[in-house]
Amino acid sequence: MIAIKNLTKVFQAPQDVAALRNISLRVDPGDVFGIIGMSGAGKSTLLRCIAQLEKPTDGTIYVDGTDVSSLKGRELIELRKSIGVIFQGYNLLLQRDVAHNIAFPLMLSHTPKEQIWRRTQELMELVGLTAKAKAYPSQLSGGQKQRVAIARALANNPKILLCDEPTSALDSFTTQSILTLLRDINRNLGVTILIITHEIGVVRSICNKVAVIDDGLFVEQGPTAQILNAPTSDITRLLLGTAGGEQ
Amino acid sequence: MMQTLLSALCDNGPLLLTGVWETLYMTIASALVGYLIGLPLGVLLMVSARDGIRPRRALHAVLGWAVNIGRSIPFIILIIALIPLSRAVMGTSIGYKAAVVSLVVGAAPFIARLVESSLAEIDRGVVEAARAMGATDWQIITRVLLPEAIPSLVRGVSIATIMLVGYTAMAGTLGGGGLGAIAIRYGYHRYQSQMMIITIVLLVILVQVTQVLFNLLAKAIDKRNR
Ligand SMILES: Nc1ncnc2c1ncn2[C@@H]1O[C@H](COP(=O)(O)OP(=O)(O)O)[C@@H](O)[C@H]1O
Ligand SMILES: [Mg+2]
Repeated sequence: MIAIKNLTKVFQAPQDVAALRNISLRVDPGDVFGIIGMSGAGKSTLLRCIAQLEKPTDGTIYVDGTDVSSLKGRELIELRKSIGVIFQGYNLLLQRDVAHNIAFPLMLSHTPKEQIWRRTQELMELVGLTAKAKAYPSQLSGGQKQRVAIARALANNPKILLCDEPTSALDSFTTQSILTLLRDINRNLGVTILIITHEIGVVRSICNKVAVIDDGLFVEQGPTAQILNAPTSDITRLLLGTAGGEQ
Repeated sequence: MMQTLLSALCDNGPLLLTGVWETLYMTIASALVGYLIGLPLGVLLMVSARDGIRPRRALHAVLGWAVNIGRSIPFIILIIALIPLSRAVMGTSIGYKAAVVSLVVGAAPFIARLVESSLAEIDRGVVEAARAMGATDWQIITRVLLPEAIPSLVRGVSIATIMLVGYTAMAGTLGGGGLGAIAIRYGYHRYQSQMMIITIVLLVILVQVTQVLFNLLAKAIDKRNR
């Protein structure tokens, strides 16, 4: 579903920072793949490269069989529509209500009106926010905002959902409810999920595979049980020991 | 004192009314045309910036330069310098309608900066999310940046309008009509200090009303902090 080979990303300014170094990764259909690492390890950069929000310096990224780094213009836009992305900061449109936030990606593709509202209704039911259709983001809790963001990311029926620290701003109870929602989306809708986090608890509760990233390098990856039960690197042990950790 | 003011007000009713009308005309007309030029200019400034949605170094530098030059010329000098332009555009350089030309040139660069800063307030994450959803640059401008910035843009309109009221008074002293012209002609050249006071009061009222109305509007349409 996602195949990355020798991905390297170097930021030029102000001085060279190698955010990703020779990263290789394979996410299979149906996976909930976790990428865990400390702050500054390069997690967000990796996600941004997959979504083509950032141009890789070197290496290849295949999403669903297409080499995404070669895409331009319309094709690039179509690729982005086939991938859902959610962020730690929700990134909702503050001047639009819940229904219009969820409908936003559909409006971008000039979907017919009735179809937009039918789909929006479905999505609001899926994330349990039908009663909040006319509420604005400022009137919602963090968990509700992330639900809106998830519904919005699913609007175009993506096969892949990329999540950048989706629960890092939430309390542990709300975190569980969001993780449960993500797991249901994976199981019931067959959406492959790549989830980035610094919390080992997130990996433990929903990921079937995990990669540990440190300073732009993958230090180990494999099935969750194997990595959690028999970590081979210090950084993994550190992450296991400090389940809370900083961002 | 109060009595002489009142009688001056009664005696010059039609004149003052015309003055108010001319001032309003100049302010509103130059604000409208000023935004017609300043809004796209401000959007271009924001979009072409180094951290904008489509960085264009040279374009950004040229635009920034032009805007800064426009803003660094004192308005009173600009009016005089633009007499030939007013003649070319309006057929005359005298009167409140001709003054709109220099008012627009004076206001557009300022409006461009106001718009640029309103758009710059929008969270970069929201723009990034829109891009991740497959929005084109044009859709990001028209469906994310501008709609999200509307309350701030409205506050900008009130700042620009109030500045323009002041500029109209300056234009008035140089043959532009409006309340400024009345203040100079009667209050200064003919030593009628009541007329000076009345025009000042009228200008203050104009500014206050503008400010209050736009503040209410900005608040009413802002969906944050509810
Ligand atoms: N746009 C950028 N320009 C320069 N350096 C960047 C940029 N984005 C990220 N970095 C650097 O790349 C490294 C990885 O950042 P990031 O991917 O955000 O880490 P994480 O999400 O794991 O906390 C950090 O050292 C960060 O400072
Ligand atoms: Mg990050």
